Amino acid sequence: MAIRRDTKLLIGLGAFLLLLLGKLFWIQIVDDRYKASADNQAMVYNTIYPSRGIIYDRNGLILVGNRVTYDIIVTPRELAKIQFDTLALAEALNVTPEFIRDRFAYYKKYRSRIGWQEQVFMKHVDPSVYMRFAEIQYRFPGFRGVARSTREYPINAGGNLLGYCSEVNDDFIARHPGEYVPGDYAGRTGIEAAMEQELRGKKGYNIYLRGSNNQIKARYKDGEMDVEAVPGNSVTTCIDAELQNYGQRLMNNKVGALVAIEPGTGEILALVSSPCIDVNCLDDFGSHYSEIMANKYRPMFNRAVAASYPPGSVFKLVNGLIGLQEGVLRPETMYPCHQGYHYGKNKKLGCHSHPSPLNMEQSIMMSCNGYYCYVLKSILDNRKYKKINEAFDKWREYVTSFGFGQKLGSDFPSELAGNIPTSKHYDKVYRKSWNSTTVISLSIGQGEIGCTPLHIANLAATIANRGYYYIPHIVKAGNGLEIDPKYYERHYTMVDTTNFKKIIGGMYKAVNAGPGSGATAWRAAVPGLDICGKTGTAQNPRGDDNSVFICFAPKDNPKIAVAVYVENGGFGATWAVPIASLMVEKYLNGDISRPDMEKEIMNGNLMHKVRPYK
Amino acid sequence: MYLQGSYSSGRRPTTKSLDWWIIGCYLALIFFGWMNIYASIASEEPSSIFAWSCRSGKQFVWILTSLGLAGIILFLIPPKAYETIAPILYAITVFLLIAVIFVGSDIKGSHSWFKLGPVSFQPAEISKIATSLMLASFMCRGGYRMKGRNFWLTVAIILLPMLIIVAEKETGSALVYIGFIFMLYREGLSGWFIGIIGLAILLFILTITTSPFVSTLILLGCVTFFDMYQGDELKWWIYIGIPVLVGLCFVPAAYKTAVITAVCGIYAVWSGWRAFRNFHHKFRWATLMVLIGGMIMIFSADFIFEKVLKDYQRGRIEVLLGMKDDIVGVGYNVHQSKIAIGSGGFFGKGFCQGTQTAYGFVPEQSTDFIFCTVGEEWGFAGCLFVILLYGLLIWRIIIDSEHSRESFTRIYGYCLAGCLFMHLFINVGMTLGLMPVIGIPLPFMSYGGSSIWAFTIMLFIFVALDRNERKYF
Repeated sequence: MAIRRDTKLLIGLGAFLLLLLGKLFWIQIVDDRYKASADNQAMVYNTIYPSRGIIYDRNGLILVGNRVTYDIIVTPRELAKIQFDTLALAEALNVTPEFIRDRFAYYKKYRSRIGWQEQVFMKHVDPSVYMRFAEIQYRFPGFRGVARSTREYPINAGGNLLGYCSEVNDDFIARHPGEYVPGDYAGRTGIEAAMEQELRGKKGYNIYLRGSNNQIKARYKDGEMDVEAVPGNSVTTCIDAELQNYGQRLMNNKVGALVAIEPGTGEILALVSSPCIDVNCLDDFGSHYSEIMANKYRPMFNRAVAASYPPGSVFKLVNGLIGLQEGVLRPETMYPCHQGYHYGKNKKLGCHSHPSPLNMEQSIMMSCNGYYCYVLKSILDNRKYKKINEAFDKWREYVTSFGFGQKLGSDFPSELAGNIPTSKHYDKVYRKSWNSTTVISLSIGQGEIGCTPLHIANLAATIANRGYYYIPHIVKAGNGLEIDPKYYERHYTMVDTTNFKKIIGGMYKAVNAGPGSGATAWRAAVPGLDICGKTGTAQNPRGDDNSVFICFAPKDNPKIAVAVYVENGGFGATWAVPIASLMVEKYLNGDISRPDMEKEIMNGNLMHKVRPYK
Repeated sequence: MYLQGSYSSGRRPTTKSLDWWIIGCYLALIFFGWMNIYASIASEEPSSIFAWSCRSGKQFVWILTSLGLAGIILFLIPPKAYETIAPILYAITVFLLIAVIFVGSDIKGSHSWFKLGPVSFQPAEISKIATSLMLASFMCRGGYRMKGRNFWLTVAIILLPMLIIVAEKETGSALVYIGFIFMLYREGLSGWFIGIIGLAILLFILTITTSPFVSTLILLGCVTFFDMYQGDELKWWIYIGIPVLVGLCFVPAAYKTAVITAVCGIYAVWSGWRAFRNFHHKFRWATLMVLIGGMIMIFSADFIFEKVLKDYQRGRIEVLLGMKDDIVGVGYNVHQSKIAIGSGGFFGKGFCQGTQTAYGFVPEQSTDFIFCTVGEEWGFAGCLFVILLYGLLIWRIIIDSEHSRESFTRIYGYCLAGCLFMHLFINVGMTLGLMPVIGIPLPFMSYGGSSIWAFTIMLFIFVALDRNERKYF
């Protein structure tokens, strides 16, 4: 019975060899995965990149187009045994010999990792340079050029609005599983990012077979399996290219943002953030990246949708409307104001010099601070509500019905929600001991309020519409492109249309009452355009006050609503009023009747007042 | 069959007394290896198979010199000499192994190579031969029994070079020494000993891949089973052991460790009491030791894995055990090697037609991963051929060893067979993803003078010893 030990060992040997053979049998004959993998490695997929979709403005002008450039590709392994003229290559490609030596040193260092893979030697080579290279390409085996379409910008419509495309990084690939591979480009900000799905198109490829000596042998199945690239769809935006460009020029050398909306549709006509990225940097964003990031005014930051600003006096309109709706304010209500509103023990919320007392219309026209302190107080201390919390939450409900304190839901990326405080917030901060005077700054749009220029422009559009807004958006439907039905919906505020009419009278006077009448925005007046507006001067802890203005025109059946926000611009009237007025005139009339004003604004430089970020 | 010859026939001619099976396998492997080396480099450096500038040309020279060495061993060195010079050779080898740590050149992080002009030489390669001879010489003495002082000296002879090689950071070469265990088994080492080592490896793997709980459960199961089996109490194991073990699986996760530790503790105390009562019952003591030792190992396995093992070693083990699927990092070699072998199919792509081989997807293809070329270009048929050749070779060595009258020859033969088997299994297992990536060559086939010389010498010493026995049959 006992088996000899050598026999046991031989049986063990046989068992282990069978184990090896079994595994071999499995991976060589049963399992097909490895054969497929090997085929993949033996096939060369020559990617054909699609041209990206074109972006048009509302009038059919091209905002972003395409042009052909070339990437120079090299297979470093093929160069290993070839001596060639570095100087000639450098001259042909218009680079320094050091650049070429550096690249080769890199390939040498990582040769085992690179293996037979192709490497991108140079990117975005101009066609004229490429043609020169192509003539002598035979002298540099291993090199070839690949046509690639890059972006072209006929109109300077602002880098922040349009956005840029760049090669996807690992992080981006991980966030979009299965959609991108290294080497692909994708829109990263602005319209390019918002409409990436439409614009990107579909890649194609030609398949070639490699032989065992690594020469390309043939088209795989005579190109039967090749896939053509599908160009990206073009996108029509609601941007008015000329107006956008004009706004861009007006905001030059100022920090802030400008948003123009067509009130009747919610279409964004212009969206300027300043300082902005120069469109010439967009097509090869990577090489300008460090330069842009080093700019202390942060041009990458799209202030129009992502900056949280205090709205300042333009917010008085909201409080006035709430007061009217709540019945605690009537147009005839008069309140006194002597250099401000006095409350508590010797506390005062200051105001500028103007006649006293004022009625509601005058208070809007002259932008009286004191008046709105009374208004907010009467809203919050309304007997109708048992507690201040209840009254405050009602007030907040009104404010958010205007779109404040939440993302509006625009199709433009990186929109900020902003902030409208809640009664809970004050309960927490003041340990439940607060009243209407504690939050009195809210009456004039200061304090805990944060909103974006887009929110403010939406307020202008809402008033222009007498009580509703369409969600501001940037893309127009058409050419088979559907937009979200929510952009066709009217969003009503909780304030009745009739109350809006009462407010608009004040806004009309603020612009059209003429100089000397106390009207704050008289500089905005353009004969025949019936502009209605409201100035704002918002405190800025980082220097001078911010200059704010919202307006719409014409008064009846408005075509455009504009919000302008200029950081450290001083009074609303100083910078924001003329900029908005010129925008309205440009859009409605096409030409400018006040060239002096236009020149003054375009040449105005406020950068010395703005404290740069570290 | 040779044994049946008449004892009185006197000396037999050389051609008859040589084991031509072994020599045939050797020549076939060496030739096939050479062809595959050429195939694995041909696309990169297209040249003649004999060109000195490429690896196949150099290998040709190594093969010719190896054949010269084989001739010297067969015809010039008297086989009786080995038994005498073995201790001296062993001493020299140990000295060289230590010396190379200090004067050796640094190749890929390990200090294990001497550089003599154009030729590099690795003392670890010859230490296998010296250790085998030393073992044979030590263990063939009359009166040797594998116990007590003799046993520990034998273990020391194996462990000394092994540990020095680990110190040279050539862990792979050191693993080959495990092959000597087959020889020890043949010479009388208890099978339980091998079983315990196997169990230790299993528990280590289970602990790092699953949890200490699972491996403790397995340990408890094994120990109680054998304890009861030995004492003819198997029915108790079935009635009590199995329900307890199954019940342990349903203990809530929070108490798992505490409960199983308690159960093990109770069992250990009970078993200890039983062993104490029957003091001379060695098996009881042994199972108790295994249980306690196993518990200590399980709870230190994480520590060993995280702290003692180097990053690259941990990475290789994790990939092997499927804990990480890392096809661009550590797992790259194995993944590419599996693609290359897997794409070969049944008959392969033909000589020099392998695409995976040609593009250099598989690193170290002419040395450690030479089996990939076989797999891709010759397919399953080629692999079967190669593995059968090795099987035949090792089988012949074992058969010859068993037929020898001198225990020196037998012990040396088993050492040789064990080393060849370990190299074969680790190397081929590595290319198939069965073993972690351990950089040791495939005997006779991998490129490299040092390795082919060492294996030729090792094999032909055995052929010479074997011939010496047959001469007089």
